[in-house]
Amino acid sequence: MSYRPEGLDDAFTPAGAAAAPAIGVVGWLRWAWRQLTSMRVALLLLVLLAVAAVPGTVFPQRGQDAAKVTGYIAEHGAVGIWLDRLGFFDVYTSAWFSAIYLLLFVSLVGCILPRSRQHWSAVRARPPRTPRRFTRFPAQATSSSSDEPEALVRRAAAVLARGRRYRVDVHDEGAGVWSASAERGYLRDSGNLVFHLALVGLLVAVATGQLLHYRAQVIVVAGTGFANAQTSFDTFERGRAFDPARLEPFTLRLDDFESRFDPVTLAARDFTARVTLTEPGAGPSVRIIKVNDPLNVGGTQIYLMGNGYAPHVTVRDASGVVALSGPVPFLPQDRVYTSRGVVKVPDVSGGQPQIGLVGYLLPTAAQTPAGSWISIYPQPTAPLLVLSVWSGDLGLDTGVPQNVYRLDESGLTQAVDSSGAPVTLVVRPGQTVTLPNGLGTLTFDGITRFAAFDLRRDPALGWLLGFALAALGGLAASLFVPRRRVWLRAAPLIGDRAGGPVAVVTAAGLARGDDVGLAPELGRILAAVLGHPVPITGRTSADHDARKESP
Amino acid sequence: MTPGDLSTLLVWAAATAFTIALFADAANLAAIADAAARPRQTARGTTAADAGARAPAMAATASSHPGPSLAPARSVAVPPSSWHTATAIAGRPAPARGIARSTLRLGVLLLLAGIVLRGIAAGRWPTANMYEFTLVGVLVATTVLAVVQRRRVIAFVGVVVTAIAVLALVLALNVFFVRADAVPPALQSYWLVIHVGVAISATGVFTVAFGTSVLQLLAAARAENRSHLAVPWARADGLRRTVAGWRVTGPRFAWLRQVPDALHLEALSFRLNAVGFVLWTFTLIAGSIWAEHAWGRYWNWDPKEVGTFVAWVVYAAYLHARTTRGWSGRRAAYLVFAGYAAVLANFTVINLFVSGLHSYSGLK
Repeated sequence: MSYRPEGLDDAFTPAGAAAAPAIGVVGWLRWAWRQLTSMRVALLLLVLLAVAAVPGTVFPQRGQDAAKVTGYIAEHGAVGIWLDRLGFFDVYTSAWFSAIYLLLFVSLVGCILPRSRQHWSAVRARPPRTPRRFTRFPAQATSSSSDEPEALVRRAAAVLARGRRYRVDVHDEGAGVWSASAERGYLRDSGNLVFHLALVGLLVAVATGQLLHYRAQVIVVAGTGFANAQTSFDTFERGRAFDPARLEPFTLRLDDFESRFDPVTLAARDFTARVTLTEPGAGPSVRIIKVNDPLNVGGTQIYLMGNGYAPHVTVRDASGVVALSGPVPFLPQDRVYTSRGVVKVPDVSGGQPQIGLVGYLLPTAAQTPAGSWISIYPQPTAPLLVLSVWSGDLGLDTGVPQNVYRLDESGLTQAVDSSGAPVTLVVRPGQTVTLPNGLGTLTFDGITRFAAFDLRRDPALGWLLGFALAALGGLAASLFVPRRRVWLRAAPLIGDRAGGPVAVVTAAGLARGDDVGLAPELGRILAAVLGHPVPITGRTSADHDARKESP
Repeated sequence: MTPGDLSTLLVWAAATAFTIALFADAANLAAIADAAARPRQTARGTTAADAGARAPAMAATASSHPGPSLAPARSVAVPPSSWHTATAIAGRPAPARGIARSTLRLGVLLLLAGIVLRGIAAGRWPTANMYEFTLVGVLVATTVLAVVQRRRVIAFVGVVVTAIAVLALVLALNVFFVRADAVPPALQSYWLVIHVGVAISATGVFTVAFGTSVLQLLAAARAENRSHLAVPWARADGLRRTVAGWRVTGPRFAWLRQVPDALHLEALSFRLNAVGFVLWTFTLIAGSIWAEHAWGRYWNWDPKEVGTFVAWVVYAAYLHARTTRGWSGRRAAYLVFAGYAAVLANFTVINLFVSGLHSYSGLK
C-alpha cells in the first residue's frame, strides 16, 4: 500500500479508509504520529507560525534593540514584566515559537520521507495499466480511425514518447484490442520533495552557521589599524563550536574615509573607506570597502557599518603633564552628525582627581537665537566641542568592564560655576581652554574620521544559498510542471469494413492537482495521432469538487 | 518643467484614466445586472447564456488554442432569433467595456511613462521608496489585469483592481510622495532592481488574485443561493434589513451570472497566486542575499522581514489548503484574503508605523 499523508487530496491515489488505530500505547503513538504528519495539522501549524511571528513586529525585540526593550518594560510595569516572562521580547527564540516551527519540521520530515521513498519507486515504475473504463476521468474522448488498432496504438505511443516526453507502455489486451498507458511530469513531485527537503536543509545550515560563526565589531580611526584577533575588537560574539585559531591572521589599516551628502536634503550619498590589507606572506594591498560592498579576506567578510568623527584632544593635568593625547571617537546621533562622546582621563599625576569630559561634537556648529549650539551639516566645516566636566573617580580600577561611550557618574562630581550652574566648555580646533577647579587644560587639536566595521565569518553561507535556490527551483517545478497520465485504447470495429473506419479509439487523461491544460493536451495528442480534431469531454471538476466537499 | 514634475503629472493622468476605467467597468457591471434583472426580457437570453457558459466549460476541441479554456464566448452564444435580448445583454455593455479596456491600456502607458521619467529625474532605478513602490506595483497589477482581460473580460475583477489602483495612486501622490532623488548608500545596489522589483511584481500579481478570489466567493454564494443577509441577525436585524438589498443572491448581483463559475475563478486565482508565491519566495531569498551584503546578516527578524515571512507562510498555508480535503474552495479563499492582508500590512503598516532596517519610505 502506498503512503499518503492523512487528508491529502490527490487525484492519483484513490481515497481509501484509514486503518483504525490498534489499541494500546503503540496504537496511540501511531495515531499521534499520523495526526502530526497529516495535512490538516501541517496547515494548522503553518497558520500558527504566521500568527506567532506577528508579536515580534509589535513589541521591541532584544535581538534588535535591547535598550528599547528595557525602556518598554520600565514604561509598562507589571505588563512589561509578564510579557518578558512569556517571551514577547525574544519571540523568535521563545519556547512557543520554537515549538511551532520544530513541530512543523517534524511534521514535514514525517510526511516527506515516506513520500520520497514512494516517489523514488514511482519514478522507476511503469505507467499504470490502462483502466477498463474511462468514464471517471476528467478528460475523455471517443473517435474512430481507419487504421488497425495495433498500428494506431504504436503511433500514439511514439507521439507521446517523442513529442511530449511521456513514459509509455503498449499493452496487447487480447481480442485485437490494444492500448497505451503513459505518464509524464515526475519532475512535479521531485520538485515538491526537493522544496521541502531544502527547507530542512536550510534549517540545518542556519543552525550549523550559528555554531561555527563569529562576529566582531571594531571602530577604527583613520590612520590606525587593527589585527584580526579577539583582543582588537570592541565586541566579539561566537558560536559554541567556533575555534578562535580559525581567525584569519591579517591586519587592516584605515587609510582614509570619505563621505558625501546631498547639500539640500543632507541625505547620505556615499561612504568610502580606503584600507590597507596585510595578509601573511603577501605585501600590503590597498582595498576599498563600501556599504553594500564588503571586503572578503579568506572567508571573513568585513562590512562598513558606520562612520563618524574622532576629535583629537590633549588634556594636561594640574601639574601641566600630558595626561591624555589622541583621537576619541564620538558616536553620531542624527543625520547632521551631532555626535556624543566621552573623554576619560584616568592617568593624571599622583594625588589629583581623575577627569571625565562628556558632551557633543558638532561637525558644523551654529548657534540658535536661544544661545545653544547645534550642528547644521554633517561635514566638518566648522567643528565645535561642547563638553561638561566631571572629576573624581572614573571607576576604571574596579575591574568591572565599562562602556567607553558612557561616564559612570557614581564616583564623580560635576564642575559648576559660582552661580551653581554646570560649566560647559565650548572649544574650537586649535583652541586651548582651562578646565574649571584647577583641573588643568584641554586642547582641541583637530578632527579625524573613524569607520565602524563588522567582521563576520559564517562557513554555512554557501550551503544556505544552495538550499535556498534548491527550494526555489523545487517550488517552481512543483507548481508549474504538469503531472499527467494519458490512456488510449483502440478496439477493432465489427461490421462493415469496406472503406469505413476499422477501429474505435477511446482516450482519457488524468492530472495531479488542477491542470487546465489537460483537456487541450489530450486534444492535441489525439489530433496528432488521428490527423483530425476530436472533441474532449469529461466529468467536470464541479462533480469532482462536490465529492471532495462532502466527507 | 523638470522630468520629475512631468512624471508626477503623468501619474495623475494615469490615475484619471484608471478612474474612467473603474467607472466604465462599474457601468458595464451595472448594465449586465440591469439586463439580467429584467426577468421577461432575459428569460431566453439567460438560458442561452447559461447554456453557452456550461456546455463548453470543460470542452476544448483539438483545434483550439493551447491556452486556458476558461473563455467561453458568452456574448456570441445567444441564438440569432433573440437578437434584441442579445442587445440587452451583450450590446448595452459593449461601449462601456470598450471604454474600460482602452482607458485601462492608456493608464498603463501613462503610468509607465511617469515611472520612466521618475527614474530619469532621480538618476536611478525607480523602486527606492513607498511612492515609487506603489507606482510600479500599480503598473504591474494593471498590466496583469490588461493581460487577463484580453482573453476574458471579467468586469468585476476590473472594478476591484482599478479601484485598488486608483486608491493606491491617489494615496501615493498625496501621502507617500517624496521628491525624486538619489538613494542612500545602503540602497545603492543592483539588488534594488532585483529584490524590490520582484517584490513589487509579486504584490501586483497577488492583487489580481485577490480580486479573483473575492469574485469566486460571490459566485459560489450566488450559485449555492446562500447569503448571510438572507437569515435574521438577531438584535442587529434592523441593520441587516437596510443592507438586505445587497445580498449576493439578489438582483444587484445578477451580473454574477455572466462571470465564470466559482471553480474556474478558483483555478485562475490559484494560478495567479502560484506565480505570486514563487515571486515572493524569490523576494525573500534575494532580500536575504542583499541583507548579507549590506548588513552582514542574512536574516535579522527585521519587522519587514517578519512581515514578508508571515505573508509567505500564509500563502504556503493556502497552497496546502487547496490539496487538503475539506479545505479547498471557500476556506482556501479566506487564506488568500489573509495573505493579501499580510502583504498590504507589510507594505503600509510596517513602513509607516514600525521602525526597522527597511525604513526607506522617506516619510517622517
